Parts: sequence; structure tokens; C-alpha cells
Amino acid sequence: MLSRTAENLFWLGRYTERAECTVRLLEMGRRMTMLPGMEDRDEWRPILLATGVRSLTPESEPVSETEAVRTLLIDADNPSSIRSCLSHARNNGRAVRTALTQDMWEVLNDSWRRLEAMGEATACRELPEVLEWVETRTAILRGTAGNGMLRNDGYDFLRLGGYLERAEMMLRLLDVKYFVLLPETEVVGGGRDHHQWRSVLHANSAVRAYHHVYRGDYSPWKIADFLILYQDFPRSLAFSYARITDHLEKLARRYGERHSCHNTAAAMLARLSDLEMGEIFQAGLHEFILDALEKTDHLALDISRAYHF
Amino acid sequence: MGPEGGVFDEMTQGAAKGAVRPAYTSVAAWIEQTGLSVLHQRRDEAEALFRRIGITFAVYGEGGDPERLIPFDLIPRVFGADEWRRMRAGIEQRARALNAFLHDIYHRGEIVRAGIIPAPLIYQNDAFVPEMVGIDPPGRVYSHVVGIDIVRTGPDTFEVLEDNCRTPSGVSYMLENREIMMRMFPELFASGTIAGIDRYPDDLRSTLEEVAPPACEGDPTVVLLTPGSLNSAYYEHSFLADLMGVELVEPADLFVDEGRVWMRTTRGPQRVDVIYRRIDDDYLDPLAFRRDSLLGVAGLFDVYRSGRVTLCSAPGAGVADDKAVYTYVPEMISFYLGERPILKNVQTWRCMEPDACAHVLDNLEELVVKEVHGSGGYGMLIGPKSTAAERADFAKRIAADPDAFIAQPTLELSQAPTLCKDTVAGRHVDFRPFCLVGRSLRLVPGGLTRVALVEGSLVVNSSQGGGVKDTWVLVD
Repeated sequence: MLSRTAENLFWLGRYTERAECTVRLLEMGRRMTMLPGMEDRDEWRPILLATGVRSLTPESEPVSETEAVRTLLIDADNPSSIRSCLSHARNNGRAVRTALTQDMWEVLNDSWRRLEAMGEATACRELPEVLEWVETRTAILRGTAGNGMLRNDGYDFLRLGGYLERAEMMLRLLDVKYFVLLPETEVVGGGRDHHQWRSVLHANSAVRAYHHVYRGDYSPWKIADFLILYQDFPRSLAFSYARITDHLEKLARRYGERHSCHNTAAAMLARLSDLEMGEIFQAGLHEFILDALEKTDHLALDISRAYHF
Repeated sequence: MGPEGGVFDEMTQGAAKGAVRPAYTSVAAWIEQTGLSVLHQRRDEAEALFRRIGITFAVYGEGGDPERLIPFDLIPRVFGADEWRRMRAGIEQRARALNAFLHDIYHRGEIVRAGIIPAPLIYQNDAFVPEMVGIDPPGRVYSHVVGIDIVRTGPDTFEVLEDNCRTPSGVSYMLENREIMMRMFPELFASGTIAGIDRYPDDLRSTLEEVAPPACEGDPTVVLLTPGSLNSAYYEHSFLADLMGVELVEPADLFVDEGRVWMRTTRGPQRVDVIYRRIDDDYLDPLAFRRDSLLGVAGLFDVYRSGRVTLCSAPGAGVADDKAVYTYVPEMISFYLGERPILKNVQTWRCMEPDACAHVLDNLEELVVKEVHGSGGYGMLIGPKSTAAERADFAKRIAADPDAFIAQPTLELSQAPTLCKDTVAGRHVDFRPFCLVGRSLRLVPGGLTRVALVEGSLVVNSSQGGGVKDTWVLVD
């Protein structure tokens, strides 16, 4: 397979996943601002940070919802906005049309057309509906890929991109919200409560799944465990790494060749399986997150080097 | 009968009143049975299908929808078996002669020495690539896909309007139009009298494999080289690559190392043997051609010259489709093949010849004057539709540089039945078959019919209200 094709599929996976994660972040932000007593809290700033955007609003005032929505949803100048992500994804797809199924192409094309034509006013006015629509589109894209694509190396690259992005977005969210999860004696931010914990779960569509596992027993410890180490939750770091390792192993078997990225991913997965939450908290949750973020960044580079893109 | 006395109508002309020509019997019956309202409804369905499949023609930078559809007319254009037999022989003859000509001018130039074609027309032609002199492409083939634009002006008159020897496009429409027709109207094909065209991608692949370079051992690796997804014909590029099962590469995917061409793959470099390139000569290799170009594959031409990769078409093949060179194709046919031309050229006056030039200047009102190196209707004077000022301007330009112009009569293109707003009426059509030239010739029975959808218009160009039709060749 052409390296360019692999690269485009990899980024198609990444951008689609990023769009979806950003939708969840926006939904979380909206929930937070609807709660009583939240008017003065700067809830949007860390959310913007999690997507890599530094707000221009001075630190002394809170970032407004309008700014956050514009930046994260519709701003064509923000390379991580949902609109940019879908446009990049569509460009990636168009460049390798022969590697996509017809259905995948149609979903990409339609989504792009709609968001391209949407103005800021409409986006803000119909926000809940727009967010739901983007989520549906990304779900359809994932479904059509899953049902229609040949299980060849192209599929592995598409999924690799998706899971890498998922792992990275989870880590970035934890990076800006980790203080919420710290044990009570180590309170950093002070704004730590039930709602905050729930918000982190919400950002990962994890509220119900969490209930099934922990029966409503909210504790930062368990929430962190669920999002980082719990292998059966499909947005947990451990789950993403299990899938990454899976697809890398498939590529290794296909090509009969292993690279450093295989070792990096396997080592991370092994670590996530062996670790207990207690150890992570002992060594420092934030340090763990920063280290995992760096390793995930490196892994992405290693993959592109290994497959010549 | 067509609205204008002189226009040949392919469905009704020459048949008894109220009857139709035999080739169109089934089409006429089908139109009758289906009825206008159903036809209109089915046309909308067809358009939806085209959009869904994404058969678009990309036009960036002009505003509006960047990916447009070419209008598709449901009513097929039909050739009888005899008509096709004759056309086929003529097309193949022409494809052979054009390739023989290209080999000649990049070698001894016998046709110039014999005084048949003036030397400056070849050697000072912008499309002539001096670097090609002395190179022997595999099978002596320069133009591997020859698209020949044919117009019909009477029951037995088929004439060639233009040759396309570089990278003619439109074949994806030929294939998709048929695909859509078969999907929507399977009953039309049930009789088994319509020749199939779906082997084209296989034929193209076989043709390309046949011209693998001498240095290639084993199965040749064929790729299709596209300028990229912003190119107007990108859909066709991806479509053909897909159907042939070859990689669709961009210049940046290729590189030259150790005297071979390689593509960057996830398993490391993979050797490339045959490149079906859909990019212009200028952008092939910045070292050999345009040094200011950032596109292209540096060193590609050297590998080509040493027989380690084949470029299809060969650089410099464009000389053969120059509008002035076109006028000599009948002479080429007799010179190289010793045959009489089966398909005639449209009558053409070369302004470089003083008598012809005088004739052109005297009759500007009736003629179509074309710039020799122009293409796509640019730099053209359509006499009957021109103003006195435009004619005066052209007269001046012709007098100043007669070599740069040719003139042809305003042609009465034939009409084929076409679905219009509230009727089925004749509209002018042309025809482009695609002849494949490898070690042997391959020609699928069909081609692309373009139709001028505007009543009375002779312009079949998609940018000016032109559409496309499925083209049937009947079997005996």
C-alpha cells in the first residue's frame, strides 16, 4: 500500500475521532455551565486547553460559551475545530478514494457539505441538534467502515489513527481536569465535587457504563481507574492501547516485519494491565498523565516512521 | 427530420414518414412505451445516482459547487453494426498511422524528408520534445490511448474533427453511463443486441502491461499518475485505477533511485515499471522539462530514456494532435500504411498556404477559424455567429501570422433524440471512441457521445451546456 494512502487513512481516523471527542467536550461544557453557581467559574478555558487552544480572553474573566462554541465547532481557522476536522477528514478521504467504500465517502462528503455551509449564528442557535448530528455522522462513518471495508492494511491504519487520537484526547482531558480526581487531602483546585466528577464521566459518555460497574459509587479513585485502566470500557486508555497493539500486531503479521512502535505500544499496554490505581496515585496522577501523553505522541511518530509516511 | 433542412437526424432521417432508421427501432419503441413523464422521473433518479456515486467533474476556483455533474441524457445514441465496422477500421487505422508518425519524427523524419509535411511545423512545434529524439519506446508506441473525435454529417459521412494523443479523458463517463443505463433499464439490454464495453479497464491494463520496459522482469507494476485530487479529471483517475486494480499515485509518491523508479509504500520502496500518466509533459520531470516546476519526479526522464520505465503516453506525443499537423493525417495514412484513409478529415484550409489563406479571408462569414495551438474553443472564430468587428480582428491576425491558423466549414453535426423539457427532440452530438495501442490494438465497441443540450447549439463542451449519452453499438 502506498505510504500516502496509509497516511491519509491514519489521519482520516484521527480527525474523525477528534471531531467526536470535541463534541463530547462541548456537551460537557454546556452541562457544567447550566449548573447553579457556575456562572463565575471558568469552565470553558480548560476545555479549550484540552483541544490545544489557548483562549484570547484574559485569565481574569471567564471564557464565554459563545467563544468556546465558535472556536470548537465552527472556526475554520482553528485546525482542531469540528468543522476543520471534518474538512481535513474529507480531504484525506478524497485523496485516497479508491481505499474507501462508497458509503464512507458519502458520509464524509455530506458532513463536510453541511458544516461548510453553516454560519456561526446557526451553529450557536441549533447547538444541541448540531452536536447530535456530528455524533451520528461519526458513528455512521465508523459503522460503514466496520461493515464495508476490506480487512486489509488500510483498515489497520484507519483504526490506528482513531485509537491513537482517542487515547490522546482522554489523556489531554485528564491533563486539564486531573485535580478534580485527586484524593481529598491533596485538593488543588478546590472546586471538587459530585458535579465535577460526573462532568469528567460525561465528557466520555461514561456515566451509565460507570454505574453498571460501580453502582453509583462516585469516588475520584474509581473514576480515574475506570477511565485509565478499565479494559472493558471502550474509551479507557487501556482499551485504546489494546486496540492499537492489536492493529500493530496485524500489520506486523501482514508485512512480516516489526518496528520500534510495536515495542512502545506493547510496553505501554503491559504497564496499563499491571498497574493498580493506588500505584498511580502514589507516584502522582499528573506525572503519570504527562508521561503517557509523551509516550503516545512518540508512538504516533514511530508509526509514521515505520511505515514511511 | 431535423428542424434545419441540412441536418442529419440519426433516428428518423431517410426512413419512410413516421418510421425510424433500423438502428433506432428499439430505442424509439422504448421512448414511445415509457412516455415523457416517466422518462423525466427516471432522469431525476439517474442524476441522484450520479451524485451518490460521486461521478463529478471538479472545477475549483470558480465559485459555486466545486464538484459538478455533467448532465446525463437518458436516450442512448445508437450505431448499427455496419456503421461501427467501418468506423472501427478507420479509428484503428488512424491510431496506427499517428503512432508511426510519432516514431518517424523522433527518428529519421522520413515524412519531412519526403516533403510531405513542412519541417518547421514539426521541429518548431511547442509540443515537439527534442529530448525524445532517438528513444525507442517499447513496441514503438507513443500514444497508448488515442481519443478520436468524430462527427457525423450524413448517413454515410463520418469525419474526424480532432485527434487526442496525450491523455484523452472521458472514458469514465462512457463506462458509468452504461452502468447507469443497465441498472435503470435492464429490459433494454435483455435482447443481447448491444455490444458490451465493460472490458475497457482490463484492456487498458493489458495494453499497459504489454509495453513494460525491457528491463522489467516478471509481472510489471503499473501505476496511474495523477496530479492530485484537485484536478478536474480526478474522479476518472481514481475510477480507472480502481477498476484496473493499480495504485493511484501522485508525483510525490514516486522517486528515482539507482536508475529505477520507485513508489513509497508502507513496506518500503516498491519498483514501478509502467506509468499511465495523466499529467502534462511539462510536469513530469523538473530536471528534464520545466525547471521552475515544483511538481514532477526528478530524474524520471533519465530512467525512461534508459528503458527502465515506460511512460504512457510518451513525452512529446502531443505533436500528433496539433491542429495543423492534423491536416496531414490522411497523408500519414498513405505514407506509413500504404492505405487509403477510411475516415476522412473535416475539410480544412491551412492558412500557411497562400491560396487557402486568401480563400479563408474571403469567406470568414461561413467558416470556423481555429488557432493551431489553441484548445477547447479558445481563440476560435465561428463565422456565422461572429460580428463584423470580430471578423475584421481575425482577418488582421490571420494576415499577420497565417501559420497559426486553420479554417473549417461550419459543420452540420448530426442530431440524436434527446430528452428535453416537454418533448424528445434532436440535439447535435459528437463522438469520442478510445483506441488502445500496445503490442496490439484494442477498441471497445463504443465511446463517449457528447450532446449539445441547447436547441440548435453545436457546442457539446460540458462547460457550455453540453451533456453526455450512453452510446450503443449493435451486434448483428
